[in-house]
Amino acid sequence: MTQRIEARFEQCRQEGRAALVTYVMAGDPDPETSLQILKSLPKAGADIVEFGLPFTDPMADGPAIQAAGLRALKVGQDTVKTLDLIRRFRAEDQDTPVILMGYFNPIFVYGVDRFLADARAAGVDGLIVVDLPPEEDDELCLPALEAGLAFIRLATPTTDDRRLPAVLQNTAGFVYYVSITGITGAATPDFGKVATAVERIKRHTPLPVVVGFGVKSGAHAAAVAQGADGVVVGSALIDALKGTLDSEGRATAGSIDAVTKLVKELSDGVRSVAKRAAA
Amino acid sequence: MSAQAQPNSFRTGPDERGHFGQFGGRFVAETLMPNILELEKAYEEARNDPAFHADMASYSTHYIGRPSPLYFAERMTEHLREVSAASGRSGGAKIYFKREELNHTGAHKVNNVLGQILLARRMGKKRIIAETGAGQHGVATATLCARFGLDCVVYMGAVDVERQKPNVFRMNMLGAKVVPVQSGTRTLKDAMNEALRDWVTNVSDTFYCIGTVAGPHPYPAMVRDFQCVIGNETREQMMEAEGRLPDSLVACIGGGSNAIGLFHPFLDDKDIEIYGVEAAGHGLDKLHAASLSGGRPGVLHGNRTYLLMDHDGQIQDAHSISAGLDYPGIGPEHAWLHEMGRVKYISATDEEALEAFQLCSRLEGILPALEPSHALAKVAELAPQKPKDHLMVVNISGRGDKDLFQIAEHLGNQIV
Ligand SMILES: Cc1ncc(COP(=O)(O)O)c(C=O)c1O
Repeated sequence: MTQRIEARFEQCRQEGRAALVTYVMAGDPDPETSLQILKSLPKAGADIVEFGLPFTDPMADGPAIQAAGLRALKVGQDTVKTLDLIRRFRAEDQDTPVILMGYFNPIFVYGVDRFLADARAAGVDGLIVVDLPPEEDDELCLPALEAGLAFIRLATPTTDDRRLPAVLQNTAGFVYYVSITGITGAATPDFGKVATAVERIKRHTPLPVVVGFGVKSGAHAAAVAQGADGVVVGSALIDALKGTLDSEGRATAGSIDAVTKLVKELSDGVRSVAKRAAA
Repeated sequence: MSAQAQPNSFRTGPDERGHFGQFGGRFVAETLMPNILELEKAYEEARNDPAFHADMASYSTHYIGRPSPLYFAERMTEHLREVSAASGRSGGAKIYFKREELNHTGAHKVNNVLGQILLARRMGKKRIIAETGAGQHGVATATLCARFGLDCVVYMGAVDVERQKPNVFRMNMLGAKVVPVQSGTRTLKDAMNEALRDWVTNVSDTFYCIGTVAGPHPYPAMVRDFQCVIGNETREQMMEAEGRLPDSLVACIGGGSNAIGLFHPFLDDKDIEIYGVEAAGHGLDKLHAASLSGGRPGVLHGNRTYLLMDHDGQIQDAHSISAGLDYPGIGPEHAWLHEMGRVKYISATDEEALEAFQLCSRLEGILPALEPSHALAKVAELAPQKPKDHLMVVNISGRGDKDLFQIAEHLGNQIV
């Protein structure tokens, strides 16, 4: 439901700051730890949570997210179980927007209509599906909008002014600007270029523009928060989690703390940048 | 088989959005879309430019060595007539080999690579990337990059690097960089993921030369068009040899490029039986790579097609003794032809392919690659059931040199 997303951005605007969006993989390294991590994110300072739908062949993701997906799949995570984790999260938290992020095949195989109904019932607010450009809007974007779920589109450095309107046309919730041409967890962006790109996108849309890919630290988050309405961090959180796993890939006592500690740092970074409330 | 209406022509696809019925499309990250649209436009222009076709024809003749012969496989024909007689029938089709293994670099892959490299040159791209399974597409790409002075990076699953060593050496000699892919199942699908990741990262100066009729539109149609030279030549050569068109066509299917190249020019000749042979690996009820026989529609690598996957849409490991067929998907046009019922998709196991490899080597003095050995395995089964005046063409898509070590290992003897 897009209202939850709108309300959260409005709240951040009131507080005069950018939003922190955090990404973790559903079921990584096991469903229970994953749920505990999900629950801990808002408490540590995340404004919006993205939950990764595991997929065997995540062709736009780097090694960290790919490995996280494979860890989750290895312990039997699937779409049904992922929606179930969100249902359990929603039972405790009615305000934090939850965005599912992944690839189209598991959704297509689940059945688009059934997926949208189940996702909505579980408390999902929006979808980011990496391999569905505007040229394939009929597949999921339009049905999702109809079902009341935000379909959040990625804009990239290769999306020029001519193409941007098509990319923005059916986008809801917010626009996700991918800071680099590349995969997740790779290069750190040129923050000056990112700021210019965000300004350019904001000339085309009233939606909030959040920036992701390559943000790893509180300082990075602060740099992005200067110009953007939000900052997305994924691979760095997954790396922090991975650093605590035992040799079999299982969670240890420090696993959840490692993630929340970094979220706290990122949140401090975002909050260190004051913006004028409600421009 | 679904009861869709038969079209007037099976040769008009895809539609302007890249769809063959429900299959095909463009399922890629936004970063790549501008490039893919640029490629589509550039290909459209090249296709309508006589100078491009003249270039293609010239290099085809003088560099690749086309046309490839259509050869009457007399001993194979005789042998299968004896098989027919032994089972109480008196049939046995007349078998012709389309000799794609005689192309420069040893397989049909080079037909497509020539087209794409000439296109990359028109587009001013200096860096070429490719994925490869058996290594034939990688060798063809490395060869044409050497010929035209382009940088070449080839992604190859680490498992395939191991089982197709001769081709890795070849690519190295040609100056290409071979990157062993360690992710996922470390075979062709992961090589394709890794190539897509490279492309997303280096989108502005890089041309992705895809090796089969898969990937986002326009690749399935473009690669098919470049491979149609196989079928077009076969039509002419058969008219010359027999004064009429063949009665049946047989080709192996990995992604399906050698097969569609042979089939496409014949799709509207409704009396011609067409057989695509997938890899049944250890058997269709065990590990295999037969996506039409054992898969369902899904979305991977930029297109919707039949895929091997589990209940949750997770892609399953494919298995074939042949690295070139070891892919959990198939080109979208084949998925459509399967649902329309125009082409019959059957399969051959590892064992059957090995047997056919030996049969062909001993009877015809031709060592086929393990990929077309799958097609030959089904020829050995189909031909004895046909009458003697039945003309059957099988595409020998590549030569077996690259597979010798592997075959020796499977047959339990050393080469030296
Ligand atoms: C000799 C040969 N035949 C067939 C194939 C399978 O590809 P396709 O189905 O695209 O023809 C390959 C792939 O590497 C090959 O090397």
